[in-house]
Amino acid sequence: MSTHLDITLTVNGERVSRRVEARRHLVDFLRLDLGLMGSHAGCEHGFCGACTVRVDGAVVRGCLVLAAALDGAQVETIEGVSDTGEIRELQEAFIARNAAQCGYCTPGMLLTAAELLRQNPAPTREEIREHLSGNYCRCTGYHAIVDAVAAAAARRQSGVDGRASEKEAITTADARPPTADRLER
Amino acid sequence: MKAPPLSYVRAATLTEAFQLWRGAGPDARLLAGGQTLLATLAFRLSDPGTLIDISRLRELRGIAQVGTAAVRVGALTTHAELGRHELIRSHVPLIAEAVPLIAHPAIRNRGTIGGSLAFADPAAELPACCIALDAAVIARNAADERRIPAAQFFTGLYTTALRPYELIAAVEFPVAKAGERAVILELARRSGDYAMAGIAAKARLAGATLVDPQIVFFGLGERPVLAQAAMAAISGQQVLAGTIAAAQAALATDLDPPADQHGSPQTKRHLAGVLLARALKRMAGIEDARAA
Repeated sequence: MSTHLDITLTVNGERVSRRVEARRHLVDFLRLDLGLMGSHAGCEHGFCGACTVRVDGAVVRGCLVLAAALDGAQVETIEGVSDTGEIRELQEAFIARNAAQCGYCTPGMLLTAAELLRQNPAPTREEIREHLSGNYCRCTGYHAIVDAVAAAAARRQSGVDGRASEKEAITTADARPPTADRLER
Repeated sequence: MKAPPLSYVRAATLTEAFQLWRGAGPDARLLAGGQTLLATLAFRLSDPGTLIDISRLRELRGIAQVGTAAVRVGALTTHAELGRHELIRSHVPLIAEAVPLIAHPAIRNRGTIGGSLAFADPAAELPACCIALDAAVIARNAADERRIPAAQFFTGLYTTALRPYELIAAVEFPVAKAGERAVILELARRSGDYAMAGIAAKARLAGATLVDPQIVFFGLGERPVLAQAAMAAISGQQVLAGTIAAAQAALATDLDPPADQHGSPQTKRHLAGVLLARALKRMAGIEDARAA
């Protein structure tokens, strides 16, 4: 029974050990202790979804999980899934459709959308909206976000080479060429 | 806000959990999925001093059939697990139908059935479903186990029949019988929010009549409300405009909803009536339930 705990867990494939305050939630742990600033702390009581990260393969609210409880867990953040390229199609679609405005909700949206596409590779717009309903966008750019998720799903379904159709999408949207790291900033 | 300073300890076994609990005192809180508890800590609505993490206790996990008539669900079963488990989908379909209404995917991945029942939010889905289905809450303390019928478990606003140093080990649901129809409906401003008004109901459909209906409202009182007058009004009846109206009228006896941020008592009564009509039609297999 203690106010500080030693934990060892895997974050984006790397083993990390830290001493944490018992009350420290996962998002503060990622941002303040590990310097991973891609996950955002919004409301800090489970409402907004800005802090969405993956624990043991499933998306969770990072503000509703204590770091102390995650000894031995596998955590993945937007930095990790960006580096592996796992969500590249989604990120490219978000850029092409201008689905990231201020960007505060974007990491959470992407991780939640990635889980949807893993469970349901061809969701309807209604299903996309339903799955993202716990993620707030205070720029209210929901339409573009749903467009982007639908476009990424369609691209995966059609099996078209990502880079070829990306060019097409950019021409249409008159946007600059996207890169994954631009989205992270 | 940040949670208040607190101590944390993880129990390796159920026996150890009870020992730690005794040692920390009755104000210590058990941490399962934490999806409500950690939010209340952030709001500083609770200051338990010590959290005892029970989330890794294998004794509280698993879904299994008990004989031919019941399915036992471990308290640590997450909402997401409930929604996709074959035994739940085939034998307790009301619960599988309720899962998409509970919060959002990220919360369903972590929140547990035991946590939901122990917190006893009057607007939550699972407490109402447990009453509608005549489920039993299996409570455990350090010495033994007892069964509490769901209808007696929820004693008031956020309060339950659990005694000090007693936790929920599991929930037992009767296996759905042939001809049984169950439905859950709710009205919420945003998908996944707590309901402004909700209904969980079960009945046996014999020909065109509803037999032994069990109708529970949530979000309309200090705890889930068993609508006994409405149940009496529709029992053994066909679902027709007249019988629906009679059941709706009976809600005046069953419900006394307080005003809250969602509306006045009159608004909530109206919503309850709308939901009742939709639920009865759905159970009777009448199409166009939304038009009610």
